[in-house]
Order: sequence, then C-alpha cells, then structure tokens
Amino acid sequence: MMAQAQSVADRLRGLGGGKSKGAVETSSLTPPVLALRDLVVEIPTRHGVLRPVDGVSYDIHAGEILGVVGESGAGKSMAGNAVIGLLDRPARVASGRIRLNGERIEGVSPKKMRPLRGKKIAMVFQDPLTSLNPLLPIGDQLSETILAHLPVSKREARARALAALEEVGIPAAAERLDSYPHEFSGGMRQRVVIALALCAEPDLLIADEPTTALDVSVQAQIIALLKRLCRERGMAVMLVTHDMGVIAEAADRVAVMYAGRLAELGPVAEVLRAPRHPYTHGLMGATPLAAKGQARLNQIPGAMPRLDALPQGCAFHPRCPKAGPACSFSAPTPMRMSADHSASCHFPMMPEPEAAPL
Amino acid sequence: MTSFVRIRHLSRVFDVSKPWLNRVLERLPKTQLTAVSDVSFEIPERQVYALVGESGSGKSTIGKMLVGLLPPSEGAVEIDGVDLSRESDPGKLSATRDKIQMIFQDPYASLNPRWRVRDIINEPVAAKGGDTRGLAERLLEQVGLSPADAVKYPHEFSGGQRQRICVARALASQPRLIVCDEPTSALDVSVQAQVLNLMSDLQEDLGLTYLFITHDLAVVQHVADRIGVLYLGRLVEEADAEALFDAPRHPYTQMLFDAAPRMDGFGREVTPPKGEIPDPINPPAGCAFHPRCPMAEEWCKRERPDLRKYGSHRVACHFAQA
Amino acid sequence: MVDQQNSPVARPGALRRFWDSDMGWSFRHSPVAVISLLVVAILALGAIFAPWIAPYDPFDPASLNLMNGFTPPMQPNAFTGEIFWLGTDDQGRDVFSTILFGLRISLFVGFSAVVLAMVLGITLGLLAGYLGGWVDTIIMRLADVQLTFPAILVAMLIFGIAKGVIPVEYRDQMAIWVLILAIGLSDWVQFARVVRGATLVEKNKEYVAAARLIGRSGPAIMLRHILPNVLSPVLVIATISLALAIIAEATLSFLGIGAPPTQPSLGTLIRIGQGFLFSGEWWILLFPAGTLLALALSVNLLGDWLRDALNPKLR
Repeated sequence: MMAQAQSVADRLRGLGGGKSKGAVETSSLTPPVLALRDLVVEIPTRHGVLRPVDGVSYDIHAGEILGVVGESGAGKSMAGNAVIGLLDRPARVASGRIRLNGERIEGVSPKKMRPLRGKKIAMVFQDPLTSLNPLLPIGDQLSETILAHLPVSKREARARALAALEEVGIPAAAERLDSYPHEFSGGMRQRVVIALALCAEPDLLIADEPTTALDVSVQAQIIALLKRLCRERGMAVMLVTHDMGVIAEAADRVAVMYAGRLAELGPVAEVLRAPRHPYTHGLMGATPLAAKGQARLNQIPGAMPRLDALPQGCAFHPRCPKAGPACSFSAPTPMRMSADHSASCHFPMMPEPEAAPL
Repeated sequence: MTSFVRIRHLSRVFDVSKPWLNRVLERLPKTQLTAVSDVSFEIPERQVYALVGESGSGKSTIGKMLVGLLPPSEGAVEIDGVDLSRESDPGKLSATRDKIQMIFQDPYASLNPRWRVRDIINEPVAAKGGDTRGLAERLLEQVGLSPADAVKYPHEFSGGQRQRICVARALASQPRLIVCDEPTSALDVSVQAQVLNLMSDLQEDLGLTYLFITHDLAVVQHVADRIGVLYLGRLVEEADAEALFDAPRHPYTQMLFDAAPRMDGFGREVTPPKGEIPDPINPPAGCAFHPRCPMAEEWCKRERPDLRKYGSHRVACHFAQA
Repeated sequence: MVDQQNSPVARPGALRRFWDSDMGWSFRHSPVAVISLLVVAILALGAIFAPWIAPYDPFDPASLNLMNGFTPPMQPNAFTGEIFWLGTDDQGRDVFSTILFGLRISLFVGFSAVVLAMVLGITLGLLAGYLGGWVDTIIMRLADVQLTFPAILVAMLIFGIAKGVIPVEYRDQMAIWVLILAIGLSDWVQFARVVRGATLVEKNKEYVAAARLIGRSGPAIMLRHILPNVLSPVLVIATISLALAIIAEATLSFLGIGAPPTQPSLGTLIRIGQGFLFSGEWWILLFPAGTLLALALSVNLLGDWLRDALNPKLR
C-alpha cells in the first residue's frame, strides 16, 4: 500500500509541474493582478496549530472574476483576508507567496500595507454596515477615501464621489451625497460600499459574500453591477461565496475550497458542468438548482471536518464515494485535467458522456 | 382531497409608532405596518405548501400566526376543522395545537444551550406530562443521529446536526403539520441536502403536512407541491409547483424567476430587475408591484387587482389571462 | 468505576471538566486570577474557622487583660511578656483575632447583601424583560430613580428608617440584618438592568418561541429557559458587587452606623483604629485596613478575570 501511495504521489508531482503546482496559467504575457502560491495561513491555538488555508495557489487576471466557493469552514474568506492583510490575530501567513502585480506583499509591515489597501486592493463585505461609518454622510466618507489615496483637491474629490455613486447606480446621487448610511436600504448600502471600494480605482476587488444578506432581486442587481465594473474597468475580482448559482452567473473561473485546501480550479462552465473532484461533484448534486426533477437530492454524508480534527491524507476522504486506500494517508496535490483546469484528487471523476465537450 | 389547513382572510397589523411621549411632542400620528393583508389559502393533508417571498413579504408572520405565536389582527386559521381563534373548548384547542409544530431558521438559536439534547427533545411531551421514556433516543435514531447523543449539549453538534435535533423535537408530540420557517437557509449546501432529504423521508413515513416558508426558489421547486408567492403581505400568485415554474403569470413571479441565479447561466447577461421592495409602512397605491412592473399602466396605480382564479391557478394581476 | 460502567457515556466530574475547559485554561494562565482566588480562599477560610483559628476570643471579657493593651506586633508585652503577632488594641484584645472575627462579619454581610440584591434584581429584571410594557416601565423607572442617588446614600436612608422602626433594645441584635437589607436594597439595580438586557435578547431567540409553541407558561419559560442563559453576566456582577458590598459595609461601619462595637466588622475596627494612628499605635488601624484592601482587591480582580473569561469576544 505504501508503494502504491508513493507512486501516486510521484505521478502527481510529475504532472503537477514543480513549484507552482496549483496554478494554471491562462495568460502568460502580463503578470496576473493577484498570484497566490502555496499560501498557508496558520492559527496557533492551545490545541495545536490550525491551518485554515493550506497550500492554496491561484491567479486572478485583470478583467476576470474568480469565484471562490466553499462551505463554512473551507477557508475561503481567510485567503482573501490574508491578501488584504486583515487576518485577525493570532492568524498569520505562515508560508507561501502573495504577489500583487508581480510584487510580493505577504508579510509586509502594516505601515506598508495601509497605502495598498484601498488604493490597490479593496474589499466588500457581506454586511455593508461594517464598512460604513454611521455618523458620517456617505459623500464625506467617499471624499475622505479619495483624498487619502489620490492627489486631488477637495472639490475634485467630491465630484469623483458623485461620479462613483452614479456609476454604481444610486438614483439621484447628487441629493444622496449628504445622506447617512442608515437612510439607505440594504441593497443601496451595498452599492455605496462598492462605490467606496472603487473610488480609489483599485486593481483588485475582494468581494466576500457581497450578496448573501440581500434579496434575490437585489442580488441580481449587485451581481450585474460587479460584472459590469469588472469588464469596464479591467479590474480583477475575487468573489467569495457559498452560492453555486452566484458563481455560475458571475464568475469566469472558479476555485472550489475544502477544509483549507483547493479542491478544484478551472473555467466555471467546465467545473460546474463536468466537475472532476468528487467534492465538487457532490456539491453540484446537492444543489437543488441542479437537481431538477429528482425526488431526492444527492447528499454528501457527514459534514466539513473541524480544523482541529482534519483527517489524514485527503481531507475529503471520509465523505468521498471514490476514496481508495491511498486517500487516507497521502494528500493529493493539484493535477492538471485540461489546459486550465486542475483538481486535487487521486481518483478524479471522468467527464460523463452527456456532459458536452466545450 | 380535504384541506387540513384553511387560512381565511388573514391579516396582521403591527404598531410601529414611536414611543407615546415622542409622538405627542412631535405631533406624529400612529404608524402602522401591515405585514400580512387578506391572505387566504388551503393546504390539503400530506401536501407540501410553500410560501415564497422576499424580505417584508410577511411570510414568516403568516407562519407565526398559523402556529399561534402571534394572534391575527383579522381573519382565521382553521386546522382540521377547528378555528384556532374562535374555538371555545380548551381541550379541543389544546389538542389541535399539539398537532402543529415548527422548525426554525437558526439552528444555533433554536436549541437552549443550557439543556441536554434529551431534555430538549422530550420537552413537548414532558410539558404535557406525557411518558418520555426512551423517546429522545428513538427520535434521535429516526433523524439519523445516535441515541448516545441524548446526554450531550447542543454546542457539541454542527449546524446540520442541530437542525436534525430540531426536527426530532418537532416530531416528539406526533404532530401532523410542521411549519418550516427557512429551515435550511443557515446551512451549507451539502448539509442542506441532507436535511431536505430527511424532511421528505419523514413526510412520507409519517404522513406529515408541511408549510414551507422560504426565499430560496431552488429549494421551493425541489420540495413543494403547491406554491404561494407573496409580495408586501399579499398573495400575488398561487399555483401547483410545476405549473408555476412552467408558466408564472404574475410579473413579480416572473421577475423572481429571472433574477434567481441559474446553474447553467454561465456569463448570462440579464437586465436585473429594477427598483427595490418598497417600504411596507407606506406601500404604493393600487397594485403594490406597479413601480417595478414592466407591464404597469395607469390603471395599476389606482386599482388593486383581486386574486382571481384561473383553473387551479390564482393570480392577482390586471393583465393575467385565463 | 461503577459509575462508568453503568452510564453509556462516562462523564468526568465537574471540577475536572472545569479544569479542561476554556475557562479552566484561561484561569491557569492568569496569575492574577490564581493569586486573587488564593487570597480570597485564605481570608474566607480564616473567617469561617475563626473560632478555631483565633488564638484569643476578643469578645470574652474574662480573657482580656488590660495590661496587654497597646502591645506592638511581634514584641513581648512590657508587663505580661505575652507576644501577639499583630499586636493588641487599647483593651488588650489580640488584633489578629479581632481581624478574623471582623472578616467573618464583613464577609457575611457582604455575601448576604449580594444574594439579596441578586435575587431581587434577577426577579425584577426577568419580569421587566420578559413581560415588557408597563411592568417594564415601572420597574426600570424605579431603577433609574434609585440610580440617581449614590448607593451609600440609599443604604444610609434605609438604615435610618430601620433605626426609627426597631425598638432600642433590639437595635444591636438587628444591626447586622439591617445592614444586609440596606446594602442589598441599594444594589439590586445593576442586576436588574443586566438581566433585563440579556432577557430581551434571549426572549427573541427561537428556542423560546419553540417553548411557547409547546404551550409552556410564562414563569416556566422565564425560570427554566431564560434564567440559565442570563446567569453568566450576573455571576460577573455578583463578584464585583461582593467587593463593593464589603466596602459599603466597611464605609457604613466606619461612619458608625453599621456593625455595632459588640460585633465589630473590619470597618468598625478601622474606625476604632484610626484614633490611634497618630499616637504611634499604627497596627490597630493598618492591619484591619490591609486585610480589607486585600479582600476587596482580590474579589474585584477575580470579577475582572471572570468578565474577560466569559466574554466570547475576548477569548
């Protein structure tokens, strides 16, 4: 059994290709806006060191939306927080590289990180109220952010604030500049937060569950807004969500996370139509949207393991229908499935015949 | 098919006025929020009826009135032929109430953290002085947990397991109707599938009737036999699940379906719905949906359409056709 | 062993569970908490077992020797040659023994007053929070009115009223109980406020809705469902209140309206002792005062630790 596992691991290493195992380059001419390589985030606790992010590698290019999807505890938000330098202590980046436009930004001092945050990287959270100061009119909050990052006059900043509000689709924006956050509805607040995130023209936008607290109709509006902004501004967007439907609609590529590791990475249509990792496959089967006409949903037995009790080998193996002996002691590394599609699995699913070739 | 649940002209008004003193000083009138307005529907026995709506639609308020957590302002809830607000025989009333149970949205808030699982599950029976020997263990097994879990506390379980415990508690008093208020919206997809499957298994095994309250169209499509769509406290459309998903007749339902993300909607460019849900304290005159409706005409701003019947389909729109 | 064989899942004892829990861990890693608990435990044990520990009975006139008066600590008395650890007062009473007996009174009064305030505050807070409406308005406005007066003033007021009501011959006997009543009644407000706030949060949780749905009565929901879930902040306040109650008792006794000289508390001892400070007999004042300081400070620090340990945000 040991020999078999060893050979599987060797095979994977050969196929994965050296240092940048996980990343699949889509464009090699310009460096990606964001490049993660073997990122590890650790939380030292009295029960031992937890790894909410464990060896994650992916790129996001300009004008691209990467959907990061996973269930609670998958570590999907943690990677985004690591990029923007907002890890709650005692969590820290333990190893790996974070490159923004080719420059390493992992582990830089908070002093150096501050100008990057907002200017180069912006973030939108699930609850818009956490990002807004309840005591300041939104126009002031926007101008303040603009003044902090761009060399413009006060008047110019206010004009830009107005333009930002108009761009995110706030009706009668000129009149709403002096309104306070509580005077907006939930959807409008999220628009204000997006305007706030965009006003310094960042290269990368991290959107962490931006639509989870919103109604379906408003969610559609926000997704359409994000897509338009990404396309028009050539911005890179990391869209973190648990909702497969949102991913399908909004993302260009998708990264599926499980227990801190990357399970599958590839173009959204390919991954959702013909998932290669059994977890992605199970997730699709469990989604009522995809299970039209079935009496029962396909269910994945068990639940996501807790970080302090991760199984040996592949973290998914206790729940996996295809698990073999190798899975319980050798953790799979990302394996290339097609040009830009990889899955971390010893026994990947074969595409079903009716899953049309793209 | 006989109707197990009959909801007739149900309304609920909340007083959301400022405190008395402020009102007097600022000369404000009383403000009232009509959360539910003239809603009528029936649920046949052993059916799954789903109420769908966005925030402010009044769907949870209807659920609370049905189980008796809130008294209706007007209208009646009739369960198995017993009118809950007019029945004078306390024995009959209590027996009818025992037939209704509820499963809540938040599995973390719906179990008392200081109680053992056994006591939580037994409570509905113990409160009535019933025999609870082995009850919790039996129910735990029925919902797919281990009987040994009975001595544990809620914090030792994951979200999905907690929701199973909630299901076990709901089953303890052998109800016939379970009102499920967003039972899976706090759960992860893979766990949601487990809980939905468990609930449909139990429905078949025990012959239960469900009222499913949710905003998630995908879940509704999967579980419901019949669906009622609510907008600002009013029923705007009601139909059998298949008919509704095949051909929604109310523009709001149409909008909801279009806005809901699709698994095959890769790169789909949709014009998102315009506007947001209006303030329920000052709802638009006429048809409440008219400011967002692509079909709206002058008529809609003045006159509210009645819920009219077209076969088994009911629609409240001036432009609905038979 | 027998227990383990009988029960399906062996459960370790409560102490063991505490030790292994997050709170136990936080306790072991907080030297301040450990030392505070140690100090409180030593003082409390000293107070409880005072009749057996104290080398002298300061209240037995027969054992007092006026010749022993003003003996400095750890020095033989000039006349009798007796040695007292902490010296003696003007009457020749052993200061160490009076402190032990004074602690007894102080702790008893403080503890009882907090229990009284707690029972009153929890009851009123639960009722105000759960019932709401005019019950809430009346209880909380009453609390607001009381809060506008300093607690010590309220205690003095109650003390004054009690003095007028109780006949002279019972005054000394009843003094301790009046003290408890006065401090307890002056301190219920913060318990009521905290419990009301927590009740407002808990009563909207779905487990309360589930209990109502079953047909549980209001009192059953308040006592069996809500009360256990609002107790942790109460515990913190109770600990800090204990320190405050001990100080309040000492203050009242120092002002001469608390514990009578026949049953001296730490406050009474300090009052007696302050007369001797500038005539050179410092030990009569400083040892009781130091004891009071150590007790109040330790209890307070313990309360601070408890507040941090029970606060999920700081964990």
